[in-house]
Formats: sequence, structure tokens, C-alpha cells
Amino acid sequence: MGTRTKKTAPGQRSSPAGIDPVTLAVLNGRLEQIADEMDATLFRAAFNPIIAEAHDASHGLYDARSGETLVQGKNGLPIFVGAMSFAVRAVIERFGKDFAEGDVFIFNDAYEGGTHFNDFKLVRPFFRNGQLFCHLASVGHWHDVGGNVPGNYNPVATECFQEAFYMPPVRLYAAGTFRPDILAILQANSRLPISVYGDLNGQVNALELGARRLHELLDQYGETTVLEAFAELRARAVTLMRENIAALPDGHYSCDDCLDNDGSNDTPLPIALDIVKKGSRMTLDFSRSAPACAGPVNISRATTVAACYVALKHLFPDVPANAGVLDPIEVVIPDRSLLDARAPRPVGGYTETILRIIDVIFGALAKAAPERVNGMAYGTINALSIAGHRSDGRRWVMFSFFGGGHGGNPVSDGLNHGNAPISTATIPPLEILEAAYPVAFTQWSLRPDSGGAGRHRGGLGAIYEIELLATAASAFFFGERSRFAPQGVVGGGPAALNRFSFHSEGAWHTPPLGSKMVGITLKQGDRIRLETPGGGGYGPAAERSRAARAEDIRLGYTSAREGTKSSRKNGRTAKAGTR
Amino acid sequence: MKKVSRTKSSVAPRVIVGVDVGGTYTDIFALDEATGRITIGKVPSTRDDPSRAFVEGVSAVAGNPAAIATIVHGTTVGTNALLERKLARTAVISTTGFRDVLEMRRRDRPQTWGLWGNFTPVVPRDLRVEVDERTLADGTIARAVNPTEVAQVTRALLADGVMSVCLFFINSYANPANEAAAAEVVRALWPNAHVSVSSEILPEIREFERASTAAINASLQPVVGDYLEALESGLRARGFAGSVLIVQSNGGVMSIETARRLPVRTALSGPAAGVIACAHIAQTAGFPDVITGDMGGTSFDVALIADGQSTLAAQTSVGFGLVVRTPMIEIETIGAGGGSIARVDRSGLLQVGPESAGAWPGPVCYGQGSLEPTVTDANVVLGRINPARPIGDRAALDVAAAQAAIAEKIARPLGLDVMTAAEAILQVANAHMAGAIRLVSVERGHDPKRFAYMPFGGGGALHVCAMMREVGVTTGIVPRYPGVTSALGCVIADMRHDHVQTLNVSLSALAIETFRAAIAERSVQGRALLSAAAIQFQRVDTLIELDMLYAGQSHTLAVPLTSADTRSRARIAAAFENRYRSAFGQPLAGIEMRVLNLRVAVVGRRHKFDLALFAPGDAAPAPPGSRRVWIGHAWREVPVHARLELPAGCTITGPAIFEQADTTVYLEPDMQARVDRLGNLVISRI
Repeated sequence: MGTRTKKTAPGQRSSPAGIDPVTLAVLNGRLEQIADEMDATLFRAAFNPIIAEAHDASHGLYDARSGETLVQGKNGLPIFVGAMSFAVRAVIERFGKDFAEGDVFIFNDAYEGGTHFNDFKLVRPFFRNGQLFCHLASVGHWHDVGGNVPGNYNPVATECFQEAFYMPPVRLYAAGTFRPDILAILQANSRLPISVYGDLNGQVNALELGARRLHELLDQYGETTVLEAFAELRARAVTLMRENIAALPDGHYSCDDCLDNDGSNDTPLPIALDIVKKGSRMTLDFSRSAPACAGPVNISRATTVAACYVALKHLFPDVPANAGVLDPIEVVIPDRSLLDARAPRPVGGYTETILRIIDVIFGALAKAAPERVNGMAYGTINALSIAGHRSDGRRWVMFSFFGGGHGGNPVSDGLNHGNAPISTATIPPLEILEAAYPVAFTQWSLRPDSGGAGRHRGGLGAIYEIELLATAASAFFFGERSRFAPQGVVGGGPAALNRFSFHSEGAWHTPPLGSKMVGITLKQGDRIRLETPGGGGYGPAAERSRAARAEDIRLGYTSAREGTKSSRKNGRTAKAGTR
Repeated sequence: MKKVSRTKSSVAPRVIVGVDVGGTYTDIFALDEATGRITIGKVPSTRDDPSRAFVEGVSAVAGNPAAIATIVHGTTVGTNALLERKLARTAVISTTGFRDVLEMRRRDRPQTWGLWGNFTPVVPRDLRVEVDERTLADGTIARAVNPTEVAQVTRALLADGVMSVCLFFINSYANPANEAAAAEVVRALWPNAHVSVSSEILPEIREFERASTAAINASLQPVVGDYLEALESGLRARGFAGSVLIVQSNGGVMSIETARRLPVRTALSGPAAGVIACAHIAQTAGFPDVITGDMGGTSFDVALIADGQSTLAAQTSVGFGLVVRTPMIEIETIGAGGGSIARVDRSGLLQVGPESAGAWPGPVCYGQGSLEPTVTDANVVLGRINPARPIGDRAALDVAAAQAAIAEKIARPLGLDVMTAAEAILQVANAHMAGAIRLVSVERGHDPKRFAYMPFGGGGALHVCAMMREVGVTTGIVPRYPGVTSALGCVIADMRHDHVQTLNVSLSALAIETFRAAIAERSVQGRALLSAAAIQFQRVDTLIELDMLYAGQSHTLAVPLTSADTRSRARIAAAFENRYRSAFGQPLAGIEMRVLNLRVAVVGRRHKFDLALFAPGDAAPAPPGSRRVWIGHAWREVPVHARLELPAGCTITGPAIFEQADTTVYLEPDMQARVDRLGNLVISRI
């Protein structure tokens, strides 16, 4: 069993001498803005829409020796906020003894750096007066990085080599000199070499701008003051997080959930959390979770910790975004388990697993802090790809993720049709998809009765139905939540299950593995239908007001029959309870 | 253009009035073109019926309404109605299977961190009905609409008390035939003009944005229509016989008839007018590159003007999920205004905003019961605002109350003395505002240090030197009447009609003759709208722009074309490659180019009045007064100038205070201000 324990001194830190509260408040904003400007630079310059539109990227400042997060931008992808410090640490561990001013390191190692292989991390040690001061880092999701499947979402991968090419940390710039051989390797291994070039340039420019802005800030305030601000902001995040934790009742809180399967074997994969909360500390113990699996739902240890960070930031949004958030937290992850994948385990489906981690953290803390939590969100990104050939022989691939409902919360019903908690990406317009590919949507609507019942109902998932206009196509689908529904909290009911079906050869079919299938063959007029989960409910359904029930029926959010029921059968619900 | 001769005749009214109705004040700027006389005024807004302050304010400031030729109006009536959901009962008729597009949005959520929050669409689900019809992406009608079915649902909606209706069919941008056929049926039955048709309002690809824009337009039509009606009749009752124009979010004006039909175009009406005025003033003063900062009671709005041109954004969100897609001046708003509340948060950090005390109860010093210290309270305590002469119609400010609030809420928890705490509030607010300036310029690829900075709004000029220091700007320009800049912008804005049409074709397949005919048709339609408005123009321009991209990309690039460029595909390709080069570097050889949208704007250039009217007199000003201002840990006796009395060419060294009816300018030590020939204060470092 592996543990991760922070070594920083516990207890209240006194404010370091010297930094006054006004300078601290100003520097807090100025430092955050350096990261924001780096984000803005990459969003504007990136070639691929995953960065430019979906903002699947992040920037920040990291501690010179530990790699800990000092400052993060406000607009980057939530999951990177926690993952990037691991990427910086990986570079420090490998090259820390001989950093030179002007070095920039590049890699996509998903085991040491977190997330998956599409995410290219650039780390730039920042020197001030010849001394290493901190690190600047940039991460962005590249469009295509080799592997068996364009876009790299391969549901039947059993090794990372089938997912993408694997780049360990290397120098892209050595003491300020660009290495064109590295770029050549990167471009040769992508189906979209121009996109690679454009995105890489954008990231390099973002780091350059960050360095320039940080020098300006240091010119103005001096190194000592800025270092004091780093320490003080970290200390305040620790203090605030400790206070947040201390306010919860001491105890053991558990939540169990499961992934449907790994894409090859139809066996549930438990994600089980036991929280021990004592005083101002909290242990998140995942020991009862599944061992590593053959398919791509494994995640690295770095990714697991990053997912915990995302959940905690959602629960306590007012804590400053730096490493201090995790200080009072111990995360226990069994060695070489599903949550500690080592090379070459496939990790391409990491999104499903981290969503489940966030779900169980909410589920467990619901018992400790019912006023802070919400029902589980829909919990799957539902990646769908439909591909074929046009009449002129050119290949087409339509690839998209779909949305679902959010959980009910203490103040309102859950949001209908939102994006996943790990992301801020939007869905493409259906008219853009229809204009680009030979498909027509026959339905794009809310899914009635899909939100979990409760005092505050879960938000609704969606129904998407797509008809093929071309003569033939094949489809693959990668999702979750066909066997285990998103759970309600504080007595709220579960949401509806994810349901994927397709109409071919004159009949409707569902995949044997629920929400994962490759090689679906479609002919003209055949259809694919996806019904996504809503969110879990909040509070007992019996406490829902008569007016709210009537409104639900009037608006068709629930059918008349459904609205009168307090609970319903929704597949299996993993056991959850206080031990 | 029948009325041109009337406006030219010597006895005809020559007064033109700009009116900006904001949340706190209604600002009025009147210009008598015959005499060159300028009158400005500020009256408290009347939220319950904004037309009241408007009509009374115009009479009070501009004099006899019968002498007014044109009133140009920037309004937030539509935006406020939307934010407060004081909307008409509205319905949507859509394609079977797609009534929820409006509610599903683009699958977003209200904030990055924290998973709570909900969304209520402007039209509830039970008033969104479906009819059987389908148009495909290539314009093919897969199923024609059935007029009998449309008539049935229309009658049912009317029976249900619906006031306004929106028609929104999938792919209607590609072929509006089904939507138009349905619209004909609906209009024949509908008892009023409140029928909004998505392909008429925004024939652009992207179903949610089109549906949202059309549905918001429908829900605003009765509200804005009633307001404009009250406004016009109130003015007519007082003898006004001229025309009323409304400022659009794109910074151009439209006729009152167009505004009734397309109220959604007023989403950012007031702020846009201010930016237009700043662009004109700065360019005339010799600064074509300028960043503007409008500091009002609750917000700080930043806009960037490069080479005399403000940038247009394609859309904005008025609130979460309330997307309006219509060209609008790109303005970045943060919650930092005079009313922004300062507090010490749970981690012991001093924060300023985004919560605001608003106009009511307002800052502590207003004496209206608030105990939360604000930016204005800090300025009052530090002596930068004259408590005896606040702007607007207001009693003297309560300095002691402001001081007490800062002492209790800020100074005590931070262990500071009250003056240091007041300075700290300003420092944090200034850092926040400077951050918005940096971000806006970086996002558009500009270095803010190369720009001049122009503050406006009631509070902007107090912070001009701080913004210059924080951002590293070398020149600050305080316009002659910063507090009524938006009203001034109304007077000089051009008339403008934007139209967008999705083409979505490969450039190689673009039929040039049809393409040019489409441009010509839009141009003729736009000119007809201009002629109908009875306004005299210097000239009329047609601006052509394509949204283009390489096949496979999803981001488009706006490519402006000259009329000559439209003559051949090769010239269009060259124009695209030039734009691509300047935006991203090397164009991509051998990859198919596509044309997504055609945008045509017809702009009637109005006569710009000569800013030399603002020129100060030559008379030596009265000697300045003075008062105590807290600067750098001590009180200093600082000269106080009557700003409008200073002659052109005079230079004043900081520290100094400049007072005028609509704002206060604070000039820091080590800065100097020169009065230019147009009456602007041009500030630079010593």
C-alpha cells in the first residue's frame, strides 16, 4: 500500500515577517494574472480547437525545489490544476541537478505527469539573477499524437503504445537554444503535424510571456517579497482548508461506486473510498478499489491525486488554488492498482475513472457536510465516433463527447445538460456536425425522468438520436454508467442509467458491455440513440414541495407517473454508508 | 431622404441630444449645431419607468423639446428586463425533436469551481411547442411544414395568453423556406407585431445561438416596444417633432422602428456609445491607439481601440445561458466600480468587489444605511472626492461614517490604521482594474504599454494615474466631459445595419456572380433602412467581411474584403492568406479554403461635430482653491482647480485635484497634466 504524506510542518503558520497585508492582496491578484495571461496567449494562438475553443490547457507557477503549485490561472481545465505539479516534479527529479537558464522541457508521459498522452507538458525553469527561482509550466491537449486511432481515444487498447506515442521528458530548448530534432520527432509521429507545430509554438510563447511578466513583477517588488507572498498564500490555503475540514464532524465516511467494466471483460471495477476525518486532517483511502485492469480506464497516481484536488476545490471553492489545498489531506492509493497505473497500462479512458473518484468524494462527504455537497453528476463523457468514406473516397470521422445532468444541491435542483466536473468544454452545435458529416439528428432534447428524485431533483440528462445519411459507416462508443447509476445524496434518489442503443438490420440493439462497443456497422437510415444520465437527487423525495412536483409535471421534466414515485429501480446502486 | 431640406433650413431645429440611461444616472449631452452651445446634465434614473427621467431630463437640460431635431438614445431597458426576467409571456415554435435546444445551451455550467447553479430559460418548456418539418444541412427540405398544423399550435398559444412568439427551425440558416412558410401563417393569426423569426434575425449556423438570440428578441419585443412608445409619446406631448434613434451594441444607431423589431440589438447599447465617443476624441487628439476604462457604480468596462477602430465581438452573454449573437463592441467587464465592497475574506485577504452596494443603499458615505465600505468611501476618506460637492443630485457625503466603516471592517481585522486601510482598498481595486486592462490587450495580441489610456464614467478619472502606473502606460487622456461620455457618443455614432448569412461552401465552389448579387442585395436593403430614418449622412459605406477557415479547422478568421476583392476567387484567397499570415504566421499551402459566413454592414456616416467646440477659453482661470488630501502616509494641502476654466496649453504639476460637475480628476505627485486644444487633460509622467 502506498501513501503520500506531506512533510510540511503542521499547525498554524505564523505570517512570515515582512509582507504586509496590502502587498499580499495585490500580489495575489498580480500572480494569478500572470497565469491568466499565459492561458490567454495559448488560447489565442493554438491551432487545434480542443485548446482554442474547449480550453483544454492550463498554466501556472511552481515551486523551484518541490514542484508544488504556487499559482494557477483561472481559466485552465480543472483537472490540470492538480496534475501539473506532478509533471513539474517529474522534470525536477530527472534533471534537477543540471538545469540551465533557458532550458524548456517537453513530454507527454501520462504516468509521471498525469492525465493521458494527448496532454503535452512544457516545463521552463525560471532563473532570476542566475538563480533558479521557480518553474513556469504549460499543458495543452494536442489533437493527434499517433497511436491506433485518430484523436487517440482507443477503447480496446491494452497497452499505451496502441494509444499514442510516448515522449519522456527531454529538452526542447537547451540553455535557450531550440532543438529542431525534437520538433521533427513530434511532427513525424502525428497525423496532424501542422497542428502540432502551431500548438507547440503557442505553448512556448505562453511560457515566454509568463517569464517576461514575472521578471517585471520581480523588478517592481523584489525577490524576497514575492517569495514571502508565495509562502504566505500557501499558508493561507492550508489554514483555510484546515478550518474547512475542522468544521466537519470527526468520523469515518465511506462511499462505494463502480465502473461498469474495462471494455474487454464485463466485470464491475469498484472505486471505493473510506474517509477518516479527525480534527483538521482528512485521509482519503482508496484501498478497497479495483486492481489494475486490461482496458484503458486505469489512471496514474498523479491523476488520482489531481482528481481529489478537483473534488475538494468544487466543495471548497473559496480556498486559494495552490498546493496548500492538499496539505491537510492524505491520499492512500494501493500500489499498482487501477488508481496507480504503471507503464504500459492503457490510460486513454482516464476521464471515466476520475469522474468516479469525484463522485465518491461527494458521496462520502455528504454524510459529514450535507450543506456543502450535491448529488453525483452524470459521470461519463460518452465519447462517440462515427466514421465512413465520402463518395469521392475521402475519410470522415465525427467525434464528440456528450452531456448530462448535474446533481441536486442544498439550494436548487441540479442543472440540466451540463459539462463534466473535470472540464469546462462546450458541445459543438448540431448544425455544425450536420454540415460537416453525412448525419442528421432526429432528436436533441432533455431526457424526462432522468434526474434523481429528491427535495431538490437532479438535473436532466439528454437524448441524442442520430440518423446516418451516407450509405455506410462504422461507429465506436466509449461511456460508463450503464450498470451503476449516479447516486443521490442526503436521501436523494439515483439518476437514470446511461443507455446507448443502435438501430440496424431492422431492429434496436444494445452493446453487450453496456456503454462500450467498437465496430458497430450502420447503413443509410440506421440510427444511434444515446440517453444520458441526469444527476442524483438531494434530500428525501418526500420533502419535495407539492408546487415543485406540479411544476415538474407541467414542464414535462417528470412524467405524471414518475412524479408521484419517491424512488425507482435503476440498475444496481453500489452500497454507500457510514462505517 | 425627404427631410434633408428641412434640417438644412435656417429656422429648423438644430439641437441634437444624446441620452444614456444607466442604472444610477441618466446622462444628457445636448449640442446646438447652430450656435455650438453644449449643455450637459445628469439626473437620477427612474428605474420603475425610465422614460420619466428621460423626458424630464431632456426638457431640463436641452430646453424646449420643440427645438430638438434628433434625440439619440443609449438604453439598458432591454438588458435590465432580461436580467430581472420582467419579460412578456413568450412561446417558441420549433422542429419536432428540438424544442429543448434553448434550455440545453451548449452544455456549459455557471462557474468553473463549485457544481451548484441552475438555469431558467426565457421561454419555459411548456411554451415551447413543436411542428413536424425538417430541413437538412445542405438546404434540402426533407419534410415540408404543414400550414394547418402551424395554425393549430398558433391558436393554442394565443388561447394560452402568449404575447410574443419565436419561430426556430433546425437548419433554417441553410434554407429559410419552411420557417418563412410557418411565419406567414403565424403572422396572419397573431394580433400584434411580436413575431420573431430566427432566419430573419440571424441566418447563421449554430442552432443554440440562433434560437437564443431569436427567443430573447421575442421576449423583449413587448417590453422594449412599450418603453419606446412611452418615450416617444412623452416627448411628443412636450412638443418634440424630431426623430429618435437608438444605439445598438455594435456602436451604430438604428431607427426607433428597427429597435421595436430587433430589441435584442440593444444589449450593450450604452457602453458601446461611450467607446465610440472615446475613439473619436482620442483620434482627434492624436492618439489612435487607446484603451478605455469606464468606471461606474458597479462595474469597470474595458475596451480596446487600435488604429481608431474598436473591435467587434460576435456575441455576448447577458447572464449564464442568455446568449445574444449580434455584432457588438468588445467590452470586458469586471466587478470593480465606486460601489464595489471591500472586505477581509476568511483567509485574511483583503478583497474588493465583485459585490457592489449599487445605487441603493450605495456607499456608506451616501448615508442611505449601508455599513459596507466601498471604493468611493475610500476616495472620500482620503480627500480625493469633495464631500461637499458630490456628482449628481446628492446631499453632502458623510465622511465620518465612511471612516468608521473602513476602521471596523478593514483596518481592525488587518491591524492597520484607517488611512492605510483606505489606501489599501484603492490599491487592491487598482490592481484588479489594471489586470483587466492587461488581459484585454493580451487576448487581442497587443502590448498595453503602447496604448494611451482614457478613463471615463463618473469614477474613472480618479484612478487615471494609478492605471498608468500599474499598466505602464505613458499617456493618460481625460476627456472634457468624462461623466457623460456615453451620451456624447450617442451624438456622434454612425447609423449602422449589420447582416450575416451562412454560406458554408468551399471557396473553389463559390459562385462569384451569386455571391456579388447577395452583397449588392444586402447593400440595397441596408441603404433603404438608412434612407427611411430621415437622417443626413456624409456618405454611406458598405463593409464586406467573410468568416473563412481551412477545411478541418473550427475557428474562423474574419477577412475584410474590398469591393474589388469580391470579383474573383483568387482575390478572396489572397485576402484570406494575408489575414492568416498576420494572425498566425505561414498560410497552409494545398489545404482547401472554406467560406462559412458572409457579413455585410451598411454604415451611414453621420457628421461628426467639431470637437473644437470643446476648446477652452483663453481667460486666465481664477486661482485654485485647495484641500487636504492623504498622499503617501500624510495629509498634504493640494490645489483644487475648476477644470473647465483652465485655458488650453496650461500645464499643472501633481499633486492636484480637478473638479467638474460630472467627475473629479486626481493627479498624483510626479505626474503632470496639460490642457490640449480640445480641452482634454493629457497626463504624463514628469
